[in-house]
Amino acid sequence: MNPATEPAVAARGLSKRFGAFVAVDHLDLAIGRGEVMGFIGPNGAGKSTTIRMFCGLLAPSAGSASVAGFDVGTQSQRVREHIGYMSQKFSLYGDLTVRENLRFFGGIYRVPSREFAERTAFAMRMAGLEGREDALVATLAGGWKQRLALGCAILHRPPVLFLDEPTSGVEPQARRQFWDLIHELAADGVTILVSTHYMDEAEYCNRIALIDRGRLIAVGSPTELRAHGLGGELVEVACEPLGAAIKALAGAPGVIDAAIFGDRLHVVLAADGPGIGGLPGLLQARGVRGGAIRSVAPSLEDVFVRLVSRGADARGAA
Amino acid sequence: MSVDTGEPAVSVQALGKRFGAVRAVHEVAFTVARGEIFGLVGPDGAGKTTTMRMLAGVLRADSGQIRVDGVDVLADPERAKRHLSYMPQRFGLYEDLSVAENIFFYAELFGVPRAQRISRSSELLRAAGLAGFERRLAGQLSGGMKQKLGLVCALIHTPRVLLLDEPTTGVDPVSRRDFWAILYELRETGVSIVMATAYMDEAERCSRLALFNAGEVSHCDTPARLKAAMPGALVSITTAAPGALRGVLAGMPGVLGVLLMGDRLHVRVDDAPRRLPELRAALGARGLTQARVETIEPGIEDVFVALLGATAA
Repeated sequence: MNPATEPAVAARGLSKRFGAFVAVDHLDLAIGRGEVMGFIGPNGAGKSTTIRMFCGLLAPSAGSASVAGFDVGTQSQRVREHIGYMSQKFSLYGDLTVRENLRFFGGIYRVPSREFAERTAFAMRMAGLEGREDALVATLAGGWKQRLALGCAILHRPPVLFLDEPTSGVEPQARRQFWDLIHELAADGVTILVSTHYMDEAEYCNRIALIDRGRLIAVGSPTELRAHGLGGELVEVACEPLGAAIKALAGAPGVIDAAIFGDRLHVVLAADGPGIGGLPGLLQARGVRGGAIRSVAPSLEDVFVRLVSRGADARGAA
Repeated sequence: MSVDTGEPAVSVQALGKRFGAVRAVHEVAFTVARGEIFGLVGPDGAGKTTTMRMLAGVLRADSGQIRVDGVDVLADPERAKRHLSYMPQRFGLYEDLSVAENIFFYAELFGVPRAQRISRSSELLRAAGLAGFERRLAGQLSGGMKQKLGLVCALIHTPRVLLLDEPTTGVDPVSRRDFWAILYELRETGVSIVMATAYMDEAERCSRLALFNAGEVSHCDTPARLKAAMPGALVSITTAAPGALRGVLAGMPGVLGVLLMGDRLHVRVDDAPRRLPELRAALGARGLTQARVETIEPGIEDVFVALLGATAA
């Protein structure tokens, strides 16, 4: 087995049942070493259950998964020694200093005492906190807290890192610095799984796995998902009133989907339908004052909503 | 849009609030027209929630003026509360009461006449997609449904102005889109909405935005005009191993910033027509002739960073 080519995280038919409820349903996923993978899905889709299994905290009902080369079912202790975890709530102690927090987490993660000074120095440098070792964490700005939390999560050099909505609510510049750190860690070979609801966080991932009702429904780079995920062309329609416009377009031939977006509509057109040329007629028939129609690049949110509702339509039709 | 030519829905002038030595809100001013969805955008701690609470009349301003639906909030907060509704980040639903019981509780609180309660409640439940769930305990609803129930409760007294503080935090994109569909319907009935959000993609959907930074409003305009005001232009470069290119591009003339995304780089340049050929040449010199180089529309976050630059964080 070659550790450089073997996936850092691999799930094979991974499943979890709670009584009659199937939370995770035959999930197959391979995340390469040094990859930043986004894990996205609606509430209750099975993201947290999957991550708890990856962390060795919950035993699979069927199938298997390995993390950093260890089986999550039979070697859960080894798995836990080789992962880092950081949630959006940071779990730092506000009434302890920066140094005290690092010492605390170093203890929890059993960082050997001979490595401790070097690891805390690294975490401090990475977080840009040098010279603030004795500041109370509660007095730090959000961006610093977040980088310190990341520093605490990687004190023990875990090869695999799980992040849960890591940059929600953080100031934009600080958030960009954070993602730079993540990409630096990935370049050093750390594998990172980011679970999030926020599509702007997903854009920083090399690949995205989309999960819905316990099943994996799409995997690809942000560019691939944007190019193929909608199943049609996205156009933006500026018109008034929007309510009547939606009624005019929903279900019309060649229209896959129509949704209000800001003061415009986002409309997905089928490749084999009448296309953009068919829209003005449909709108005028409903008394909608039509404005500019232009082709736009879909956002990951457009793709996500489309893929999830397509799944719901298929279930409804079945 | 049918905008009333009369008084704005919300007008704020020279608003200020200190907490001890901290200047939480300073000289904030904006107006919200009727039927607008107005976004207060900025990071945590920028003053959004403090401003929101002052608008709602639950926190007293140190200085300035606030008028909501024609009522002076500082002079008569109780009267203002009949014209507005405030949905804080943690809206107080009673988890051990049913959906219908929560709604009736708020109807009572807001003094909605009994005769109107039933019809208003069923109309709102239908709009929110919650019809049929009246007897379910609020604690047993999904996150997205709880959010919608909060909105129904906040709307039970037919307010003219709705104040929402980060209404979709923790709500998934599908539920979030449903929630927005309800907001758009409300807007068409003439309700004005002021919303605070830390999420830049949510900000894109507002009719106008106030960018909050360190307690002040630095810019206020439509998303499209804010994007047009961004200094320079944004270029996307999609190529294998974009991380390795970053340092090379960052040092080129006219490059104002380079951001590493998951599978591409976002490069902000001073002048796109002039710099695109130079970027392509630099890529070509490294054998990357297959790289896709294109000008893209900036997001609100790009605008925010470009206009405000690096702040202390």
